[in-house]
Amino acid sequence: MAGRLSWSAFNVARRSFGQQLRGSQAQLINSRTFSSALGEEQPNFPGSRSKWTEKLEFVQPDLYDGIPVYRVMNRKGEIIDPAYDPKLEKDTLVKMYKRMTMLNTMDRIMYESQRQGRISFYMTNYGEEGTHIGSAAALDDNDLVYGQYREAGVLMWRGFSLDRFMNQCYGNEGDMGKGRQMPVHYGSTEHKFVTISSPLATQMPQAVGTAYAFKRAQNGLCVVCYFGEGTSSEGDAHAAFNFSATLDCPIIFFCRNNGYAISTPTSEQYRGDGVAARGPAYGMATIRVDGNDVFAVYNATKAARHLAVTENRPVLIEAMTYRIGHHSTSDDSSAYRSVDEVRHWDSTQHPIARLRAYLVQQGFWDEAQEKQWKDDCKRQVMQSFARAERRQKPGWKALFTDVYDDMPDHLQEQFEYMKSHVDEYEDHYPTKHFAKDN
Amino acid sequence: MKSLLKLHSLKGFLRPSLPSAIASGVPGRQSSHFTYVPDTVAEAEGETVRQNLFQSINAALDHALSTDDTAVIFGEDVGFGGVFRCTVGLQDKYGKDRVFNTPLCEQGIAGFAIGVAVGGATSIAEMQFADYIFPAFDQIVNEAAKYRYRSGNLFNCGKLTIRAPCGAVGHGALYHSQSPEAYFAHTPGLKIVVPRGPIKAKGLLLSCIRDDNPCIFLEPKVLYRSAVEMVPTKEYTLPLSSADVLDEGDDVTLLGWGTQVHVLREVAQIARQQLNVSCEVIDLVTILPWDRQTVFNSVKKTGRLIIAHEAPVTNGFGAEIAAAVQNECFLHLEAPIERVCGFDTPFPHVFEPFYLPDKWRCFSAIKKLLNY
Repeated sequence: MAGRLSWSAFNVARRSFGQQLRGSQAQLINSRTFSSALGEEQPNFPGSRSKWTEKLEFVQPDLYDGIPVYRVMNRKGEIIDPAYDPKLEKDTLVKMYKRMTMLNTMDRIMYESQRQGRISFYMTNYGEEGTHIGSAAALDDNDLVYGQYREAGVLMWRGFSLDRFMNQCYGNEGDMGKGRQMPVHYGSTEHKFVTISSPLATQMPQAVGTAYAFKRAQNGLCVVCYFGEGTSSEGDAHAAFNFSATLDCPIIFFCRNNGYAISTPTSEQYRGDGVAARGPAYGMATIRVDGNDVFAVYNATKAARHLAVTENRPVLIEAMTYRIGHHSTSDDSSAYRSVDEVRHWDSTQHPIARLRAYLVQQGFWDEAQEKQWKDDCKRQVMQSFARAERRQKPGWKALFTDVYDDMPDHLQEQFEYMKSHVDEYEDHYPTKHFAKDN
Repeated sequence: MKSLLKLHSLKGFLRPSLPSAIASGVPGRQSSHFTYVPDTVAEAEGETVRQNLFQSINAALDHALSTDDTAVIFGEDVGFGGVFRCTVGLQDKYGKDRVFNTPLCEQGIAGFAIGVAVGGATSIAEMQFADYIFPAFDQIVNEAAKYRYRSGNLFNCGKLTIRAPCGAVGHGALYHSQSPEAYFAHTPGLKIVVPRGPIKAKGLLLSCIRDDNPCIFLEPKVLYRSAVEMVPTKEYTLPLSSADVLDEGDDVTLLGWGTQVHVLREVAQIARQQLNVSCEVIDLVTILPWDRQTVFNSVKKTGRLIIAHEAPVTNGFGAEIAAAVQNECFLHLEAPIERVCGFDTPFPHVFEPFYLPDKWRCFSAIKKLLNY
């Protein structure tokens, strides 16, 4: 993007050729340049490392079958290669299952509440619960998470309470975000989860910056950045991949490739081998996993974290999955895909069903527990829902605070103006629903 | 914001001086359209060193790095010292992990910069020219500016400062001359600062770096080498959102920022000599949040206001000031508020002398207001 005039136009110093060469690349080129053994045998262009060829051949994108999808268990919940069984403790496994199903229960109730007009908006996580819980369980709880919006399971794993989910969706006075953002834009310092924003991919270069700060702080942590395959088309995704590699940042890029960006299928999103194939092009270690296999996601994330933290390098995980629900409550996905297609994924490859099958095979879970947990889940969600619905909205002064660290004079004046206006025209504003702490 | 320098008052610190001579010839293509009026500081401010603008910015960055181990500086070509020399010597002094090049991608620089700040470190990003800040517009406007607000103050990127060379340079044409402050002034959550010279630049840049809000620091690039002052060698900060009354006067208020301040000071002198008119010259310094009270007080005294900026007139920041002043000072105004600005065209190459709101256009505006 940056156009550059020759520096002499601005009468500033020019840099010499020697100054252009930096780091290992400079050493490499210098050694090649001056090595008589290599001579003309290898190209010594500064921009690449490769060999000469006298054949005119384009590199074709279909040279290979695509990066394979790593899996640990099959669709019946059976471990395929015992060497890759993560052999998690029963308590951990049951916790994973419970958090996935709790998320699913919350989704169903919140989705319905939006249909009834009780909250303004919602986005479910159907079919992608395994990517959230599998990855979150493999992280250190202090690793900082940057998400897109369909990663509520990460918060669920970390113990973000049902009340906090609900309070955010209702924008009530219990919402730490002070009711300013749309529903499902969660955030929590306590759970190391950076507040979600709507603009897609913006979190990606930000996550890289934080990873750089973490590397310098030597805090032993990494940053995890979730995004969808549609988001990966944004310029910010390119920026993030490239910066993370050139600046050696301890970050895991976690792509949820669920086949759709709202109505746009992946065939209209990209023409290469998904998102994973871009990783090596940026110099990133990369893996593609079965996103409906919670153990595959867990193993890949755990190994990625080790790479990122011990070697200060970015890792890309592409989790293949399927968006079972509508994009959001503002979307009817039957307008662009068949109900049969959705049913296929819901009934044969669901991450929750697969983990349940595994748990049952291990003797860790049975029908009675399932029924009791389902009832318990529903009760907990409904109770939290009712509490959130009863709470007032925050005092509306919060409309004016936190724009800056302190409220500047002009905003103070605008608040005072609105306060006297609302006093005079109170009947025309919904003041009774808002706390009176202005 | 904590000021590290105990200033008795800003006026005591900065002593406006008068231009030594008024250029009289018609400007050629390489000659500047203004005569620089240096600031001076009181002897009590301690040791000073002769520095131009890029050197004083370099000094501010040096202080920022030496006093804060988390502070990092990055951007395109900053590693070898920057295409304008603002970061010269800093990589050698502080290491490649603190002063480093990024890939050539402005949206990446801005996003990365926000993330560094969210990660708890002091983040000083450079955009090579303000003209190339637009790819980062989304990150700055939708993200940096709204971070604290949207999270309920759970997260913020207050430790972020973005520096960018701005303004006319004589021959920069469309993409090395722009003054984009008004685009950002429409964005709650940002602070926008433009210094007029080396002394101000050093103190204001350190203030921006230490302010707990995302700041955009626009450096008039024509001043990098041409503006020379005796700058205190010690570390000091200067207040944001505080305008400077540089020349006091009774008849007309002349308001500008950056390079334009020097145009206006020369205009004030011409008006005094040729028209016996007393002009009050104000440097706004901070575009957002701007110092309304200083401007209002001046206009209530003089009754006339001319706002001059290099950026195009339509929706330039002068429009905001004019609207606020007419609202606040309606009964004191004796003439319409006049804006002398760039025209509503892209910034041209060979026509620059006809594009800029130079001293003669400003002078003409004074006559117009006095004859209203």
